[in-house]
Amino acid sequence: MTKLTLPIPDDDIHALQVGDPVSLSGIIITGRDAVHKWMIDTFIKQTRKPQGDDEAVYAAIKPILDGGAIYHCGPVVSGLDTGEYAFVAAGPTTSIREEPYQGDVMRHFNMKAVIGKGGMGDKTLAACGEVPGVYLHAIGGAASLIAQSVKQVRDVLKLDFGVPEAMWVIEVQDFPAVVTMDSHGGSLHAVVKEHSTKILHELLEA
Amino acid sequence: MRDLTDAFVELIRRSSTDLPPDVERALQTARGVEVDGSAAQGALDTILENVALARENSTPICQDTGTPIFYVYHPEGWSTRKLREQIRAATAEATEKAYLRPNAVDSLTGENSGDNLGGDAFPTIHFEEVDGDELIVDLMLKGGGCENVGAQYSLPNTELGAGRDMQGVRKVVLDAVHKAQGKGCAPGILGVAIGGDRGSSYYGSKETLFRSLEESNPDPELAAFEEQLTQEANQLEIGPMGFGGETTVLGVKVKNMHRLPASYYVSVSYMCWAYRRRRMVVRGDETIIE
Repeated sequence: MTKLTLPIPDDDIHALQVGDPVSLSGIIITGRDAVHKWMIDTFIKQTRKPQGDDEAVYAAIKPILDGGAIYHCGPVVSGLDTGEYAFVAAGPTTSIREEPYQGDVMRHFNMKAVIGKGGMGDKTLAACGEVPGVYLHAIGGAASLIAQSVKQVRDVLKLDFGVPEAMWVIEVQDFPAVVTMDSHGGSLHAVVKEHSTKILHELLEA
Repeated sequence: MRDLTDAFVELIRRSSTDLPPDVERALQTARGVEVDGSAAQGALDTILENVALARENSTPICQDTGTPIFYVYHPEGWSTRKLREQIRAATAEATEKAYLRPNAVDSLTGENSGDNLGGDAFPTIHFEEVDGDELIVDLMLKGGGCENVGAQYSLPNTELGAGRDMQGVRKVVLDAVHKAQGKGCAPGILGVAIGGDRGSSYYGSKETLFRSLEESNPDPELAAFEEQLTQEANQLEIGPMGFGGETTVLGVKVKNMHRLPASYYVSVSYMCWAYRRRRMVVRGDETIIE
């Protein structure tokens, strides 16, 4: 088990290989469909002018994402009425939906780790090589267990996106995941897909 | 008529936090089949640990508590209007208690309603009048990750060489499993409907998922077909979470439906390993959650 602390130095990223189990500690931010689209439209491709609290939110997340990690997760949160937030259930959501955006987001923020499930494609894998970065696979559905590694909810940004889509700034300790895409071009997802495609063709011809 | 709102809240809580025993047993069996020390076995260990923890702490097994799908089988005399109101009130209350994540999003505005109530179709509630004097309510919580990898095929399918026969059905089902890879939170459970129209076929594929994993199909031909599809899907070696491994699906449930001469649909609903479904039976003053 490799222990990773945020922000993650490049040397630590280079040392990681597909298949390595890791435990992650430090401050990370949740972000999924609405957040990635917002980042790209407003600050990366700039097809939409910043409005409302956009600039302030961008300023708040920039230092955390520099060397940091984004977690594809829409949590169940208690304390929504009191503002004393706690994560109740917080497993990963399917990452591939962010494939059109993720590589550019990683480069823009110098983001070192993407945490999610199901793996990502070639564009993200290329960014993992360049930034450098890794894709960390959390166990899909293991939401109560993963919530226990969330020690504190530091902040919530863009709550108007809805609870699942907001950016939750959380402190995690020993968050468990497996490296399934590394900075050397390795992807467990590509390997499994190729292998299963070969078997599928054999079965279809049988 | 009795007010069943509290009972519905409890049905939702049990569904969200307490995985049914047949599913847990299937996951334990799968764990034993995977290679010791493999990523696949590690994933199943984490899954089983999470299942126990969620039950103990009464917290959601998965944060995506999905679309609540209710099937209500009621004897004559029950008001479906009142039952609908009670189910909706219970859904909002269960959301407030964090058994459910607020999941109902307006497709035009992107606004989340905050209480899992959205229009007439969220949550999904089906009513059917039945004989006897028991009210039976089945609930399934089906998350978006697995819903997104569901598929519907119209046979014949030239690309896959799938004709209008069981061999063709077999081919498209295996294609659906392959396309899903680990994205639907494998090991999954497949609900397959053969026939129907586009709408009824998808409903049929979900309804068949209410059957127990341990109950074989009453039709011997379909029972054998379910067994074959399970074995062949597992030969793909996609494995738990798509990490590679022996267990890609825990089971397959097939439903045969009549179709138009012109149409031959095969609908595949993929259910994630977090196969959350429970049944509530109301008998006189008694309310039992199975």
